Amino acid sequence: MRKQQELAIEVRGVGRVYGDGAGQVTALSNIFLNIRQNEFFTLLGPSGCGKTTLLRLIAGFDFPTDGEILLYGEDIAPLPPFKRPVNTVFQNYALFPHMTVAQNIGFGLEMLGKPKHEIAARVEEMLALVHMEAMRNRKVMQISGGQQQRVALARALAPKPKVLLLDEPLSALDYKLRKEMQVELKRVQAETGITFIFVTHDQEEALAMSDRIAVMSHGEVRQVGAPWEIYDRPAERFVADFIGETNFLAADVISIDGPRTRVRLFNGTLLDATYPVDLMPEGKVTIVIRPEHAQLDTPSSTAMLNGQIEDLTYLGTDTHIRVRLPDTSLFTIRQQNNRVGPIGFSAGDPVSLNISEGAAQILKD
Amino acid sequence: MRKRFDIRVQPGFAMIAMFCFFLLYVPIFTLVVYAFNSGISIARWEGFSFRWFVAAWNNNLVIEAAIRSVQIAAIAAIIATAVATLAAIATTRTAGYRGLTFKYSFINMPLMVPEIVTAVALLILFSRIKVWTGYSGLGYLILAHTAFCIPFAYLPIRARLENMDLALERAAADLYATPFKVFRYITLPLLWPGILAGLMLAFVISLDDIVITEFVKSAGQETLPTYMLGQLRRAITPEMNAISTVFLLLSLAIVTIFFFLSRSNEKSD
Ligand SMILES: Nc1ncnc2c1ncn2[C@@H]1O[C@H](COP(=O)(O)OP(=O)(O)O)[C@@H](O)[C@H]1O
Ligand SMILES: [Mg+2]
Repeated sequence: MRKQQELAIEVRGVGRVYGDGAGQVTALSNIFLNIRQNEFFTLLGPSGCGKTTLLRLIAGFDFPTDGEILLYGEDIAPLPPFKRPVNTVFQNYALFPHMTVAQNIGFGLEMLGKPKHEIAARVEEMLALVHMEAMRNRKVMQISGGQQQRVALARALAPKPKVLLLDEPLSALDYKLRKEMQVELKRVQAETGITFIFVTHDQEEALAMSDRIAVMSHGEVRQVGAPWEIYDRPAERFVADFIGETNFLAADVISIDGPRTRVRLFNGTLLDATYPVDLMPEGKVTIVIRPEHAQLDTPSSTAMLNGQIEDLTYLGTDTHIRVRLPDTSLFTIRQQNNRVGPIGFSAGDPVSLNISEGAAQILKD
Repeated sequence: MRKRFDIRVQPGFAMIAMFCFFLLYVPIFTLVVYAFNSGISIARWEGFSFRWFVAAWNNNLVIEAAIRSVQIAAIAAIIATAVATLAAIATTRTAGYRGLTFKYSFINMPLMVPEIVTAVALLILFSRIKVWTGYSGLGYLILAHTAFCIPFAYLPIRARLENMDLALERAAADLYATPFKVFRYITLPLLWPGILAGLMLAFVISLDDIVITEFVKSAGQETLPTYMLGQLRRAITPEMNAISTVFLLLSLAIVTIFFFLSRSNEKSD
């Protein structure tokens, strides 16, 4: 068990409304978040959902119209950006073009009035951390995008901020470099022990990197949880849909037994499903099942569901099979190709489906 | 692939272009050549000499006017650039608001108002002030030049500011730079080429001005252009050519610096 962790950032009922009258835009509304010390915390959501706005409020470039933000228990509202012990890695890096790599990294310490030798030592330390020692005297225009990314990270980390904000820092990099930098960022976070608030619209990136994720849409936080919780226990349709592929099935609640609910599918099959803590399931509900949590089999009267294969997509590592159910809906299955050769089913085949124990989750909406 | 319409390959384009260049450069070329004439005519070549450059150099009126011109241009350009820099920052480093467009127009108005109108207006205003205060020094000319130089200094500075990524200033503030330090270490160094360009543009514009100067100047406040205009009304000797040639070289030097500065602008963007 980890010891009870201190909260680095508390966001309490924060809202941000732009403009007034008819042209009013609600960028954020009623946000509550507790971000723990040393956490790799991710804000995940589609473009325009308010991620950048929230970071700007924390950094101090913008001010909430409602609520408050606490940094280690203290309200940061009165602090201008240059007095907040919070640094940002900007989306397009915003490196100073008239300075060298080393000057960029040392800028924050310089502004804090640290002694020269201390700055020099810290710059060296940061150059080593991001493997950029050889580039220290280059102008930032003379290095590649991936290297600029590293410099931006080193520059923001050099003053040892209490919280580091990263606004889609990897989105400008190509796929391979992005994967490399994901690993790098995780390593740097672990080595420095600084709390990271990381913004991305890429669900795969969020799942791969985060300790916890807050899924956002339209200026609201929809769900907060560890990657597995977000993925396997989505609380609502938006989250289930936004993260990975998923199957939605209609069901009726039969009985509740602690954390499990017994539900009945359209064909009478009974199934156990989990449900969000703040929900009291009753009546008609929607359940979600991930494509890899159902298995394909030959038709059988004891199977949970029977249907007919609509189509198959072979993807090398696995195969996607879409099955047409008797209620005319489509159910997608992802089956790992763990045997060499054809998978032994083809379109039009009658098949049966079995859903893994504990895989079904009831949605709030 | 078919070539798209290109004006450069249309028949007659080259001819017209050549003709325009001819019209522009032949008189200048002739002017420069006759600056070196040893005779007294500006139309009949009598041999090569530097005598008219020497004559101009020894002409107190010319030297005085030249010094006065440079003085006015230097002071007016510096003040105009300082004002333009502040105006440019004030108009670009702000969220758009009603009245901002009006401010742009206000700053750029001197470019639209016919110079002769400004000249007459200033003449009337300054003559009143002269009567009230009794002061009749170079201040009026400097003030007038400053006023019409501001929009010229403003344009390159504003262009530079608009191309500057706002995130840079935000990043500096994020890294503990106070607003003054942001300006000192980020905005100003990045703005510098624009400021120099504005300064030189203002300097050249002031140096060259004749209409407003002619109206505003008091007795004995000839600048080089107004002196030359006065001389041209009398006999024209190659001395005018010589002065013009020096003037031309000076402008060319400034334009060349301007060119290299704007090139370094592009490189760093
Ligand atoms: N300065 C602003 N004025 C008006 N609307 C804004 C402003 N900044 C952001 N918004 C709006 O707020 C919403 C959230 O924007 P943003 O935080 O940038 O989203 P994200 O970073 O998640 O893509 C958008 O609808 C955007 O148009
Ligand atoms: Mg954004």
